[in-house]
Amino acid sequence: MASLGIDVLFKGTNFIRLLQGLWVSVEISLISVALSIVLGLLIGVLMTVDNKPLKAILKIYLETVRIMPQMVLLFIVYFGTTRVFGWDMSAESSAIFVFTFWGTAEMGDLVRGSIKSIPKIQFESAFALGMDKIQTYFYIILPQTIRRLIPLSINLITRMIKTTSLVMMIGIVEVLKVGQQIIEANRKTSPNAAFGVFAVVFLLYFVVCWPISRLATYLEKRWA
Amino acid sequence: MSELLKVTHLHKEFGTNVVLKDINLSVKKGEVVVIIGPSGCGKSTFLRCLNGLEDIQGGVITVDGLPVEAGKRDITKLRQKIGMVFQSYELFPHMTVLENIILAPTKVQRRQKDDAVREALELLDKVGLVDKKDYYPRQLSGGQKQRVAIVRALLMHPEVILFDEVTAALDPEMVHEVLETMIALAKSGSTMLIVTHEMAFAKAVADRIIFIDKGDIVEETEDVKGFFAEPETDRAKKFLKTFAYE
Amino acid sequence: MDKDILIEYLPLYKDALVLTLKIGWQGIFLAFVIGLIGSAISHFKVPVLKSIVGVYIELFRNTPLLVQLFFIYFALPKVGIQITAETCGVLGLGFLGGAYMIETFRSGVEAIPVIQTESALSLGMNDFQTLWHVILPQAISISVPGLLANVIFLLKETSVFSTISLMDLMFTAKDLIGMYAKTIECLFLLVVFYLIMLLPISIIGAVVERRMRYGQFGD
Repeated sequence: MASLGIDVLFKGTNFIRLLQGLWVSVEISLISVALSIVLGLLIGVLMTVDNKPLKAILKIYLETVRIMPQMVLLFIVYFGTTRVFGWDMSAESSAIFVFTFWGTAEMGDLVRGSIKSIPKIQFESAFALGMDKIQTYFYIILPQTIRRLIPLSINLITRMIKTTSLVMMIGIVEVLKVGQQIIEANRKTSPNAAFGVFAVVFLLYFVVCWPISRLATYLEKRWA
Repeated sequence: MSELLKVTHLHKEFGTNVVLKDINLSVKKGEVVVIIGPSGCGKSTFLRCLNGLEDIQGGVITVDGLPVEAGKRDITKLRQKIGMVFQSYELFPHMTVLENIILAPTKVQRRQKDDAVREALELLDKVGLVDKKDYYPRQLSGGQKQRVAIVRALLMHPEVILFDEVTAALDPEMVHEVLETMIALAKSGSTMLIVTHEMAFAKAVADRIIFIDKGDIVEETEDVKGFFAEPETDRAKKFLKTFAYE
Repeated sequence: MDKDILIEYLPLYKDALVLTLKIGWQGIFLAFVIGLIGSAISHFKVPVLKSIVGVYIELFRNTPLLVQLFFIYFALPKVGIQITAETCGVLGLGFLGGAYMIETFRSGVEAIPVIQTESALSLGMNDFQTLWHVILPQAISISVPGLLANVIFLLKETSVFSTISLMDLMFTAKDLIGMYAKTIECLFLLVVFYLIMLLPISIIGAVVERRMRYGQFGD
């Protein structure tokens, strides 16, 4: 196996370093997902409110996020804000900001979709019982929505984790960057390290994301 | 008259759930047999078995002396002899009315397109839908769709047609137009097996009534009027009572 | 913003767009082919191949394109598989997209109720006639919005090509910012060019989806 460069991983703390790098990605994703879920619930409910200007603004927000690659958004926030506002935003904060900005829109749309999928007659029967709008949402609509939402938001976590691989582009030392450093440091002694290291990084991502997507699929089938 | 359809000792189960047990039936050419019974009694499954849409665990079904077996290679030949009309119409949504009707005659029976179209238009005219020939299914009402589905089955010139609760999904005011079409068909001498919940229609159209309950033929009679006035078995009595209000 | 700078950079961005589109469409075409073959394999439950398709889908849907590209570009040469950056981009995008396309086609076929098949069978059609005349035409039109969504997703994903030194839009922007520090102009052009690439498809996608939802056949 030495020729494939797997051996490099067992040298010193290399494997631990890779895992630490992976944790950086996972941490950024988890913080962003948590923020996105909270903000997304709010935005999603707002998306269903019958108010033309509000609807238009939220629509533009959603479409912007949908159409721009996350990498472009990362660049704008990381390089652009320093330039325009003189803010010195750290790479981590930029990443969390961008992923939350993106995640909130996606989550909001999921929430909107779930609310819309609840038959109108459910609203009407709640109103017929004398409930007001807030009570209707709180007791009738949201509990039904959340069931549909949980698998979808779990899916958002894996998308988020996969997308965080981009943060190496703005200089965050995550798993891929650590991998590159390890390959670089062992260039002489282990010229084939690239194979072993990148294969392992590939598998590490898979090991993290796969169980989460299985869980989402399972819940989707169970609660469908 | 000759025997067209013959079922002997038919047994059907889904896993451990026995749906039909030891069903025996024979239908003569030109006969109209109406099958009634409570929901879940197995009457729809029975029709699906006759068309080879369900595999069977025992017994023999023959049409014109040829055995019907699900999954067998020549099942498509047999199905051409057996038309079927479904509760939910099942027109093909991506084709117009005319395309729906001539699809199988031209592709399966390889008939000339002109010939198929001419006959399709004749039949559409009989059911009053010739002006809808270029419409898509979703532009039609439920009753219209079901009449198209009947024409689609007829154009294959089947020896026997199976009707599976064809009015159950229709709005009440559309039930009549479909039943009229079926009565006209019965009068023209078609062999028909009809599963229905419309008792007045059953009484009007049937040559023979078959009452199925819990997977069994409980009562079978050609005295149609007598059956509806005073059935012999208690189970049939109980069933007919559910349609009456006192 | 400096107008002269914008004009000066414009041709560079134009070249980058052309390259991005070239690799993008080749990759998407590959993804489409993989999708058709893969979904046919899983529809007809071909033994062995069916399991391979299953593993392939899970592997590529659960890892980032960036990591897939690094593996193809930097790791495979170590076991003797040398390919150019462009081919690597096409393959990476194609394999990633293929995993999504298979699912899209498959859900299109699965969306057709079983009773439609039964209704075709009851007219005496065989399995192939049923698939060809009844199931496929419906499945493909159901899949169109999903396919367009995949196309947009894949074109967006091309933004990681810069990491394997392909001179795409992202690479050009990053390079110019690094060299001349005209950050605002560079970012502005970056956004504009992604809009030029993605907005038309996105609008077509929205129109098609609305038509699918409200129109269907016969409007």
